[in-house]
Amino acid sequence: MKGIKGTLSMIAPEPEPNFLRKGHAACPGCGLATGMKLVFQAMGPRTIAVIVPSCEGSIGGVYPVTAYGVSTFHSAFEIAAPTAAGIANALKIQGKDDIQVVAFAGDGGTFDIGLQSLSGATKNNEDIIYVCLDNEAYMNTGIQVSSATPSFAWTGTTPSGNPRRKKNIMEIMAAHYNPYSATAAIGFPEDLRRKISKAKTIRGTKFIHMLVPCPTGWRTSSDLAPELSILAVETNVFPLYEIENGTKYTINHPPRGLPVQDYLLKQGRFKHLTEEQIHQIQKEVDEEWTRLKARAAPLAVHS
Amino acid sequence: MRDFISGNDGVAHAVRLCRTPLIAAYPITPQTSIYERLSGWEASGQLNGIMMRTESEHSAMASCIGASLTGVRTFTATSSQGLALMHEMLHFAAGCRLPIVMANVNRIISAPWGFWADHLDSLSQRDTGWVQFYCENGQEALDTVIQAYRIAEQVYLPVMIALDAFFVSHFVEPLEIPEQDQVDGFLPPLNLPHKFDVDKPGFLVPVVSSEKYREYKHLAAVGMDSVKEIALRVDGEFREKFGRGYGIIEPFMLDDAEVVVVTAGSMTSTARLAIRKMREEGKKAGLLKIRAFRPFPVEALQQALRGRKKIAVLDRDFSLGGGGIFCQELRSALVHSPDHPLVFSYIAGVGGTDVSPETIEQIATRAMARSEPADEPEWIMGE
Repeated sequence: MKGIKGTLSMIAPEPEPNFLRKGHAACPGCGLATGMKLVFQAMGPRTIAVIVPSCEGSIGGVYPVTAYGVSTFHSAFEIAAPTAAGIANALKIQGKDDIQVVAFAGDGGTFDIGLQSLSGATKNNEDIIYVCLDNEAYMNTGIQVSSATPSFAWTGTTPSGNPRRKKNIMEIMAAHYNPYSATAAIGFPEDLRRKISKAKTIRGTKFIHMLVPCPTGWRTSSDLAPELSILAVETNVFPLYEIENGTKYTINHPPRGLPVQDYLLKQGRFKHLTEEQIHQIQKEVDEEWTRLKARAAPLAVHS
Repeated sequence: MRDFISGNDGVAHAVRLCRTPLIAAYPITPQTSIYERLSGWEASGQLNGIMMRTESEHSAMASCIGASLTGVRTFTATSSQGLALMHEMLHFAAGCRLPIVMANVNRIISAPWGFWADHLDSLSQRDTGWVQFYCENGQEALDTVIQAYRIAEQVYLPVMIALDAFFVSHFVEPLEIPEQDQVDGFLPPLNLPHKFDVDKPGFLVPVVSSEKYREYKHLAAVGMDSVKEIALRVDGEFREKFGRGYGIIEPFMLDDAEVVVVTAGSMTSTARLAIRKMREEGKKAGLLKIRAFRPFPVEALQQALRGRKKIAVLDRDFSLGGGGIFCQELRSALVHSPDHPLVFSYIAGVGGTDVSPETIEQIATRAMARSEPADEPEWIMGE
């Protein structure tokens, strides 16, 4: 998108403290690594992190070294939420109220295999911050379709394009009436930081759905992850909003409403799209946006 | 205090008395009354801790693992399908060397569906790295929970207490419920050496090299092997303090026995009756109860069965294509025995079918008369 970097205030985050240290094994330009780094910064050192098999499980390094700078536990794939909940409850039992637990899972670990356990922990309003690092496919195993993969996107298991729409995880979370859910994007680091900071002040299950562009899986050059996340927001493909108690919707950024092709056509995974398919995606995005605006009505826009 | 309670209630009392602050569970018949009893005590304040009502057994074990890694005592209870669903996390708990204690009420594993006592559910988990004890009655189940924490917290391996569906879980008997100060004197507070420390951040469960994996497995194997000695010592101390003990195996009327019946779980009580009657009639029969299944008490069994010529193993389980699982394990344990005993396999009680004293007497009498080795098990199909 021409001029996009100049017109949007993409404030570069402070480099310190850094709890995802250099030497991690993420691909060049990885959006997920940037996202985790931002979350860790906002969480601070009195944090216990749960990670699960996914890119975040792979990039931390091999024993005896690790890139993770806070206490981290690499648990099994489908149980980020109950593992974090077990830790949080045990900390409460010991009166360690100043330590917060953050669970990271990918889109597969959240939308698919971990959905049941996330729902269970959320139903119980367990006191955790759950961050879904959504790169829209099983990237760690080499780009296979998940239920977070968008319509028509190429993956290794949808060679002619994904026939189904992306699952609306935010609505699923809202249906639990948990105190806080929010979307976030690495291209909006201040918004992301504010959301993590806010989540830290709320007791109960906090859910952050973060779009983390994956240059490897999205078939883009390695310098595009932040820009693509901005374009996803500005095209309404991935609006920035938060939901409190499952009912109060707030849109956090007034989008420019750019056409979806500004976002899609920068990515190799969409290069095969027909005019008709782009039109279809635009229609779906418009519908979702209209619905979101209606839920947030009267339109509350806070940046 | 003596009270008239079920085996499940006995287990719940033990968990409370061990001051277990974090319990995570999910309902399944016939375990549910443990979950309910502990939930009731959480609500009334008698359980000083948190009951996590998870959406599955898999998540219950995940929560226990997370909590245990902060250094608190944890407990869960399950049965059958629930245990099977937990399978992945059972390996994980043992791999993390966590002293989690679980009660498994042994129930048929489907298909077809059923609710009755059968050991295949927990025996199917024999390679997950959990210590396993099979309990004869409610008192033993209660006492074994208390012993289990002592053992688990010395060796850093999780412990499963197996109790038969209904025969133990629901039978109401007079049980001795220890006093709190007695249990406090027996079970010191948990001090886990490997736990989260935000002031000294570490990474738990990293990806490791093949050599490192092998090293961890070997360390765990050494740890598991040490349980035989630790469990005996803990049982001895328990006997001193509470006046009851069980050993890791229990020989009963083994002296000069021409045939030894081997059992696990509630069937043992029935076998005691049968063997005692045979002895009264001058028939040289004996009984050996196996209480610890993992680690398998190889040396103790070799010792107890020295000089015995015929052994009849009763299995309330069956491994398709393999055979009775206790029998397989016992044959392996005795393979170097200088006595070369004949070890006969009887599949008795599968699906929760009744095994009467008469059936056990018939098995012992028939085994006594056999003189040829047999690889094939005999299925006890009813009167």
